[in-house]
Amino acid sequence: MIYDLRLRIAYGFDAPTGGGRHHLRLHPATIPGVQKVISSRITVAPVPSERAEFTDFFGNRVTDVAIPAGQDEITFAATARVERLIRPPEADLSPPLSALGAELGTVRDLGSAAPLHYLGASPRIRPWDAVQAYAAEMVADAATLVEAVRDLGLALHRDMAFDPEATTVDTLPEEAFAARSGVCQDFAQVMIAGLRGLGVPAAYVSGYLRTVPPPGKPRLEGADAMHAWVRAWCGRDAGWIEFDPTNAMFVGTDHIVVAQGRDYGDAAPVAGVLRLAGAQSSHQAVDVIARDSVPPK
Amino acid sequence: MDPRPSDAARLPKVLARYAPLAGVSDELLDPAGRIRPVWRGLIRHLDALSPQAMAARFERGDQYLRDAGVFFRQYDAGSSTERAWPLSHVPVLIEEAEWTRIAAGLIQRADLLEAVMADLYGPNRLVADGHLPPALIASNPEWLRPLVGVAPRGGSHLHFLAFEIGRGPDGTWWVLGDRTQAPSGAGFALENRVATARIYSEIYAEAQVHRLAGFFRTFRDALQGLRSDAASQVGILTPGPMNETYFEHAYIARYLGVSLLQGEDLTVSDGQLMIRTVAGLRPLSVLWRRLDGAWADPLELDARSRLGTPGLVGALRRGSVTMVNALGSGVLESRAFLAFLPRLSRALTGEPLLLPNIATWWCGQARERAHVAANLGRMVLSDALSTRQPFDDLNPALRTVPSGADPAEWLAAEGEGLVAQEAVKLSTTPAEVGGGLTPRPMSLRVFLARTATGWQVMPGGFARIGRSADPAAVAMQRGGAAADVWIVSEARVDAAATLNPLSGPYVRPQQGDLPTRAADNLFWLGRYVERTEGMMRLLRARNVRLAVTANPDAPLLTLADPLFEAFGVDPTEGIPKALIETLGSAIYSAGQVRDRFSPDGWSALADLNKTARRMAERVTPGDDAARAVGALLRKLTGFSGLVHENMYRFTGWRFLELGRFHERAMGMAALLATFADPAAPDGALDMAVEIGDSVMTHRRRFSLTTSRPTVIDLLALDEMNPRAILYQLEGIRTQVAYLPDATRDGHLSDLSRAVLRCHTALATELPEDLDTASLWALHGQIAGLSDLLTQTYLR
Repeated sequence: MIYDLRLRIAYGFDAPTGGGRHHLRLHPATIPGVQKVISSRITVAPVPSERAEFTDFFGNRVTDVAIPAGQDEITFAATARVERLIRPPEADLSPPLSALGAELGTVRDLGSAAPLHYLGASPRIRPWDAVQAYAAEMVADAATLVEAVRDLGLALHRDMAFDPEATTVDTLPEEAFAARSGVCQDFAQVMIAGLRGLGVPAAYVSGYLRTVPPPGKPRLEGADAMHAWVRAWCGRDAGWIEFDPTNAMFVGTDHIVVAQGRDYGDAAPVAGVLRLAGAQSSHQAVDVIARDSVPPK
Repeated sequence: MDPRPSDAARLPKVLARYAPLAGVSDELLDPAGRIRPVWRGLIRHLDALSPQAMAARFERGDQYLRDAGVFFRQYDAGSSTERAWPLSHVPVLIEEAEWTRIAAGLIQRADLLEAVMADLYGPNRLVADGHLPPALIASNPEWLRPLVGVAPRGGSHLHFLAFEIGRGPDGTWWVLGDRTQAPSGAGFALENRVATARIYSEIYAEAQVHRLAGFFRTFRDALQGLRSDAASQVGILTPGPMNETYFEHAYIARYLGVSLLQGEDLTVSDGQLMIRTVAGLRPLSVLWRRLDGAWADPLELDARSRLGTPGLVGALRRGSVTMVNALGSGVLESRAFLAFLPRLSRALTGEPLLLPNIATWWCGQARERAHVAANLGRMVLSDALSTRQPFDDLNPALRTVPSGADPAEWLAAEGEGLVAQEAVKLSTTPAEVGGGLTPRPMSLRVFLARTATGWQVMPGGFARIGRSADPAAVAMQRGGAAADVWIVSEARVDAAATLNPLSGPYVRPQQGDLPTRAADNLFWLGRYVERTEGMMRLLRARNVRLAVTANPDAPLLTLADPLFEAFGVDPTEGIPKALIETLGSAIYSAGQVRDRFSPDGWSALADLNKTARRMAERVTPGDDAARAVGALLRKLTGFSGLVHENMYRFTGWRFLELGRFHERAMGMAALLATFADPAAPDGALDMAVEIGDSVMTHRRRFSLTTSRPTVIDLLALDEMNPRAILYQLEGIRTQVAYLPDATRDGHLSDLSRAVLRCHTALATELPEDLDTASLWALHGQIAGLSDLLTQTYLR
């Protein structure tokens, strides 16, 4: 499946800004066998005074931009064409949850995909008792890890309400869980906390979801902004399995991966430090068009 | 072990009550109870002194520390206070031969730590090969992932280290902790030395004690040598005045002659770290950080940091700056590392550690855990990843087996999160208690600096001396004291007592450009000090009149109310709260730039502040307040005099002066607009002349009686009168002309032009024309100059 992606994030400021520096994680990821980037371009208005790219610890391509002082508005726009490869369904090779600890004990790898980074507390996700107890109860019947991931994701989808008004980008997962509501970021971070509470390495993925559903299918939640979901390490043989708790589904060809990390902070589309005198507002617009869904001219 | 009576009988009287504890070694007495040779001269000297003479000498040291303004910050629940430096007056003496062995062991350890650091931020072979458990790294908050794969500029991660060492009961030295992040104490060691040398001035010169200055000289040269080119600077990065050891940061910066910077002073431009100065951005290529790594860059490290510099990690990635020490080096301070270093030494170098570290077991391994469970009585448990020192302040990292729990089960459950260490029995060393010497537990912090020719060990260090016999009492936050450490040579020593100029021909150093933040603080220091003075003069004049009138609502008394109100002052208070607050703002600004002040200037300001606060509690309005404020004014004049007489005319001084000129000009304009208004009550003109400190001049120049034109002439238009508005504008004009870019291509800057316009307009005024409305307009114009100055230089 080939997608054309368009993203625009605009910030408005009450008072002209001081100088600032931003890190953008907006280039779609290249994942052998899963996702191919055909083209990708990021534009920034105003024109940055400096611009550079690097790959961060978690393998994300980061665009580093410095923006001169005196702005009323800053806009980041990304356009890309990405091919999402269709993979045949795989057999569930994962061990039961009880066997994961021993398997993790044999891991001696600290590379970016190593499960150990995603096991303990991270800056925005510190597993707490209530979510651990909830997760344990929800996966009690799972025979394998993949089933446990699915059961927890389905339970959260059932028990949490999708409510864009309930949370902000800085809401902690414990707050979202207590209120049982939030957006994709909250669903993902709560699920990660639950999985880590069970001893399952879990990562945060940011990306896109196709906007226009295939004929006869409903439009998915979170398609009008960047989306987020969860990767869980299900043992050496099964590896990383991705689940979207906001939409109660394993990740397939409707999802396009941009960045990943331990929590939102590692994968944030825009992270910045700006000297500000007044308030700011922001606006985000996303288009994800499947090429074969575009009617022929 | 107790000295045998026959030996004790031979001890001098200063040691009459010196009884070493059983089961620990003592620095002064050998196991047989005899004074060790290295101590004999010092003890002989002390023994010959009467208690009064000894106390007088100790006081010399304390006096020095007070005069030098040495303090540390003590933290209580929710607040912190500056405390006098707790010097233990008896130094710790160590023979050179023994020191040489310690130094060799620490140099080996420093090289080992560098190798471990290079691996943890490089290929990570130690984990892959099973020498280090991966969990110890992956879950370690000090392992900073953004730095993985970032090769340090120049090749080395570690440049300045400290080791906490102590002597065990069998007489051997043990490493208790590694300080690899941003070790403090070297500057305090230097101050301890100066104070202690004063106490022992009669014997110090001949005592063959290794001097410390050479170590600092070598390290300064090493830092300078790490620069990318001669145009780029070396800086010290501090978290700021609220930090526990800020005094030391300022002290070292002054001592080494490098800039003291906060995160806000720096910015990254095209991958290069720059200092924001009043003359624009200036490159910096070596940064000695005294800030924990995670706080250094809010963009890539801890996003909550307000102390860091966005883009700093990017500059490191580009290799444009050398960080002393590399960000991420805090990982080596994790206590659990002590359990692995003996093995890592063999794995990486094939050699055992020359100097053992305190026995440590990580409870993430079954065999180690079993050993800990079987020997719990001798063990101290703490968090595996804690980076606190072994005897840190009210240590929250310490753990105990919960009552009722099965130790083995609990250890297994906590496992990876715990380390066990053998309980420390530190050696004792003499401390003065009640006129005699008493053994107290001691640990030693030793400093190592990397130079072009390898590690240099400071010949001396920072000793912590316990307040009681309990080893945990060495922590200064718990009342412990600090002592100097004398490494005593067999031969005469090189007596270079101070920092010599850099090697090579003498080059007059360039004046470093003034950081914007420092300029801002100096400008505001000038304004706050002057504002304080202005308030005091108004208050004194008011209280003098209150003392001789029965009516507190007399028109002359209420005339100044709007002027007081403008600064939130309630003039009916003896010493108004708002006055104390303004003085507090001055102290705050001064505290931000403490490295740019002589200790005398700081002491004068601190003394003024203390006196004002004390007075505020008891002074009543009227005559009492008039006299109290008079006394405060004289103290304030003392500070101003120090600044004027002693401060080098560098750019910072100009900003300080500009602040004073601005504030004084505005204050005088407001005063005249109020007191020289035609509607003002009788006596107002006299009061204005008095507040303007110009009574004598008025008499000499004009007459005994005041009139509006004479007062306006004297206090607004007389450029010879240091209180007059025109004098301030002349001062502003002169100082602005010295600032960077005051003229560009022969054209005046906007600021220079505005100052000139304002000055010329006033200089050509006639007293009759300068009415109340034009005085207020002038007040507004001067405020405008301050805004323009801020826009031009202080943003």
